[in-house]
Amino acid sequence: MAPLRSKLEAVWVWLDDRLGLAPIGELAKKKDVPVHRHTLWYYLGGMTLFLFMVQVATGILLLIYYRPSAEEAYESVQFLMAEVQFGWLIRSIHHWAANLMIVALFLHMFSVLLLKAYAKPREMTWLSGFGLFALALAFGFTGYLLPWNELSYFATRVGTQIIAVVPVVGEFMLRVARGGDDVTGATLTRFYGVHVAILPALTTGVLGLHLYLVQRHGMSTPRSVEQSGTPRRSMPFFPNFLLRDLVGWLTALAVLAALAAFMPAHLGVKADPFAPAPIGIKPEWYFMFMFQSLKFLPAHILSLEGEVVGILAFGLAGVFLALVPFADRRTARGESSPLFTLIGIGIIAFIIVLTILGYTANPTA
Amino acid sequence: MTHVPPSAPATRRTFLDWLLSRTVTTWILGTSFGGLVAAVLYPVGRYLVPPKSGESAASSVTLPFGPDDVAPDTGKIFKFGNRPGIILRTPTGELRAFSATCTHLGCIVQLRPDLGELWCACHNGHFDLNGINIAGPPPRPLEAFTVNVRGDQIVVSKGA
Repeated sequence: MAPLRSKLEAVWVWLDDRLGLAPIGELAKKKDVPVHRHTLWYYLGGMTLFLFMVQVATGILLLIYYRPSAEEAYESVQFLMAEVQFGWLIRSIHHWAANLMIVALFLHMFSVLLLKAYAKPREMTWLSGFGLFALALAFGFTGYLLPWNELSYFATRVGTQIIAVVPVVGEFMLRVARGGDDVTGATLTRFYGVHVAILPALTTGVLGLHLYLVQRHGMSTPRSVEQSGTPRRSMPFFPNFLLRDLVGWLTALAVLAALAAFMPAHLGVKADPFAPAPIGIKPEWYFMFMFQSLKFLPAHILSLEGEVVGILAFGLAGVFLALVPFADRRTARGESSPLFTLIGIGIIAFIIVLTILGYTANPTA
Repeated sequence: MTHVPPSAPATRRTFLDWLLSRTVTTWILGTSFGGLVAAVLYPVGRYLVPPKSGESAASSVTLPFGPDDVAPDTGKIFKFGNRPGIILRTPTGELRAFSATCTHLGCIVQLRPDLGELWCACHNGHFDLNGINIAGPPPRPLEAFTVNVRGDQIVVSKGA
């Protein structure tokens, strides 16, 4: 072993001289992960990252057979599912990893919100994380259209029509988003470009910043733990925490494989721009709470159209969520902040209740 | 021009000072750089705006099916230019046509014989057989078209 070890060391030294690897190692080594009763939540960010990497890998594989045009998109996915060896597996894993990634992302974001880990000096970490959340929703929205089936076609018609609600520039932005006045093949190529090039490029940058900030500031210890007076315990990030992360990732991979095998992704009926919207049309589950809220709004609220009020309200709620670290002055001063705990629980309860209603309410009543 | 190595490690203050201490020449260079950026961004921005597609100028359309193909209490979708329209026959036998685009968020409506109403599946919007929004979120009636039957042809036109 000794000769091999010295050879490897020589390679390391050679690379380190040229690439400056030592500081990167130092950065990984210097971080400790606090150990306490909330430690479990620390794994969710890494889980989201792992599922994103699965998306990148399977997405690249799907590119090899996918054809982005209204005439060929549906057929190319059909071919992929039926003819290409393991095509169904790659697409189903892409489908399920997307969904699980959103789950992990939601849990990660709301755990950070409730544990108030956004407080100084982590405001930028929260903002970059919020940016990643928005990017993930954009990935989901643009990717949903690509198979060009009936459900995705109408979900995109509704989803893009929402842009027109924006005052003054809404109609113009709607045309830019759709590549025309209606959802057509031009929309498909646009969404394709956004989904496979623009969003990945943006995500790479924002994700890099987010990970750098997490590494720079380390994990936030919740105030309740800090004040409990119990002796502080911690484990090194590298390798202890990372190895635990890996166990979670392997488990996620097994779950993905099982979901893909037992519940493969559907393709549905090809989109027809001249057919009525099908009964039971629904968006992806993570948009369901907004979709269901719009159903409950009356046609007019005061002098405004109902959906204008609803969509502006969701927009403002999003801005508020992004700015929580700056709005929550008590946490910033290191005091307890029950109001923001209540707001966080309120948001979670709203999303859960409206999502359940979305799946249980009779769509035709 | 010689490069003078910084005598002290750059602090935020000195970097800020450096940024703020630029001369008029630098300001001009900076604005021409801004001009360069604008010269790149403007064409890219215009590129992303789709060209105006020929908005269908047709004010009337002859349907590819005849009056006998529309049974009482049924509706059929037709192409009015590049937009969908719906033609329906009321229980009393009258033919009526509307834009099939829901006034809420643009889904395509269908006739529900069980309700005797036009219905949008997306957000559960209801319209009566005159195209008037009667329940759910749609804020306006459907645009009504004029229907003329000429022999075995149906001609649908905009406006009265």
